[in-house]
Amino acid sequence: MSAVARHDPTPMIAPGEDATSISTRISHITLQRPFGWMWLGGLAVAALLAMLLTVGICWLLYAGVGIWGLNIPVAWSFAIANYVWWIAIGMGGTFISGAMYIARQPWRNSINRFAEAMTVFAVSVSGIFPILHLGRPWFFYWLFPYPDMMNLWPQWRSSLEWDFWAILAYLIVSIAWWYVGMLPDLATLRDRAPTIVRARFYGLLALGWRGEARHWMRFEKLNLITAALAVVLVFSVHSMVALDFSEGLVPGWHETIFPPFFVAGALFSGFAMVLTLAIPLRKGFHLHAYLTDRHIENIAKLMLTAGLFVDYSYFSEIFTAFFSMDRYDVAMTWHRIFGAYAWVFWGTILFNVVQIQLLWFRRVRRNAAAVFAIAVGVLIGMWLERFLLVVTSLYEDFMPSAWGMFWPTFWDLAFLAGSIGLFYFMFLLFVRLLPVLSMFELRKLAHQSGRGAVRRGGELP
Amino acid sequence: MNGGRVLGLLAEFAQGDQLRDGAQRARGQGYTVMEAYSPMPVEGLAELVHTRGTRIPLWMLLGAIGGGGFTYWLEWYSAALDYPINVGGRPLFSWPAFIPPALEMTILWAVLAGVAALLLGSRLPMLHHPLFDIRAFERASSDRFFLLLRAEDPQFDLQRTHAFLAALSPLTVSEVRE
Repeated sequence: MSAVARHDPTPMIAPGEDATSISTRISHITLQRPFGWMWLGGLAVAALLAMLLTVGICWLLYAGVGIWGLNIPVAWSFAIANYVWWIAIGMGGTFISGAMYIARQPWRNSINRFAEAMTVFAVSVSGIFPILHLGRPWFFYWLFPYPDMMNLWPQWRSSLEWDFWAILAYLIVSIAWWYVGMLPDLATLRDRAPTIVRARFYGLLALGWRGEARHWMRFEKLNLITAALAVVLVFSVHSMVALDFSEGLVPGWHETIFPPFFVAGALFSGFAMVLTLAIPLRKGFHLHAYLTDRHIENIAKLMLTAGLFVDYSYFSEIFTAFFSMDRYDVAMTWHRIFGAYAWVFWGTILFNVVQIQLLWFRRVRRNAAAVFAIAVGVLIGMWLERFLLVVTSLYEDFMPSAWGMFWPTFWDLAFLAGSIGLFYFMFLLFVRLLPVLSMFELRKLAHQSGRGAVRRGGELP
Repeated sequence: MNGGRVLGLLAEFAQGDQLRDGAQRARGQGYTVMEAYSPMPVEGLAELVHTRGTRIPLWMLLGAIGGGGFTYWLEWYSAALDYPINVGGRPLFSWPAFIPPALEMTILWAVLAGVAALLLGSRLPMLHHPLFDIRAFERASSDRFFLLLRAEDPQFDLQRTHAFLAALSPLTVSEVRE
């Protein structure tokens, strides 16, 4: 009987949903629904922040990176913290699309579309920062190997160069996979569009997709292999982000634990962002039939798991510093915990270690408001952690004569707020212009649930 | 719109299983040139209408080898041949350090080749198709399943094929014209 008691009574998709209701309700969001004041207000705020970012970028191109608070010794600061934070958020979406597809987790069908959109927008936003941070951003293409007049080639042995290739591949693969995966749903919108203008708009985007059996076969094969490659991509891209630090010799950066530690942190913040998007989306568009409490609970569990890996890495970092008895490592750790930026360290611990333990309780995981609050906390905590890693390793390194503080300027804060604005601006447009849930995958899920191929709530397998 | 040559007969079904069943019976009747349309992948359907497998994995493999191989070759060529710099006697061809960019390009070109193979193999983009003239076909992307028996088929005969399709208890049977 314990198996019955443990069995989850919440279905992955509300009973009674079929291909007709799914197509009608989800395309209704894109095609029919009037704009609500929440959406318009959100878009206005996001657009203002995105404009602030645009102004900041123009000012930076004119005046140089000196408008930020970075200087020697802290030559990497907000820009790199923002970059790592954003690209990490993207990883969650790719992991849901890739690893969970291979692991045959059918509940992911409800979340993967907007999770992939999140990935595309987060990676796009993240890519702005390393380019601007170059100092002379208009020469960023020097990272690319091309036969130039100066007869120069990139330095292939540098992790910064690897990172360029990693972001490039990640961005293009994310966009391509997201778009191709959307073709069947764009065709649905084309066929249901109420006006000829919109039918043409979605018709162009759908490329004439008809859903022929051979096309589906190729489509599914492509999805399967890309899913497998995407897992490699998630781990390799974020490992290379970590190697940007590990290849440096500064105490606090020069650590072999960084690649797995960063990947865990990436999935942690990625799942947190999926939750902060899913919960308002479900409420705003009344998607409770497709995003059930079970989805929220499952992602919350994944977030907790990734968080525990991150917590272990915090412990391991501190332990290794003292165990090595390297005086610089010990001093760096000591400064990190009790120094000028101690509040950042303790904030990280509060958000990333302490508060997530609430997710052990089923009552908390089943409470959407509580999960949302914890997920926002995780996003704050992960940003603090990136700031901590970047700044506290630099501000007091080997020579006390070279020590110095970092203070953010107005523009540092403006770029951070502006990047959040740009992300939400793109995401809010996405939820109204493109199919927000994957209709064809939901049809498949509803079909399978109807036949009992997927274990349904209340039924024994 | 309705004046052209008949391209085939299109039967509309409410369920994917009916479509698969219909395709199977059409095969049994000796029809070979057919197409099946569905709003989501139907298991086993592609094998019925199309006996040949897909070459997507092959194209992705070629993309992977091409993209990764070229990047790795470029790293060797630029660092060891075109612009060799001796830094403290370190090897010019530092092969382990050349793996990361090559790995990323392997994945990128595998996916791009797969996408290209999907689109070219399915002859997309094709913004207009005779099927789009059929009113009922609008639901092929939502909740209806369609079987098209094409006129090129040697078995095809307008009356007999129509009768065969009607016997499958479809919702509608329509003529597709070019």
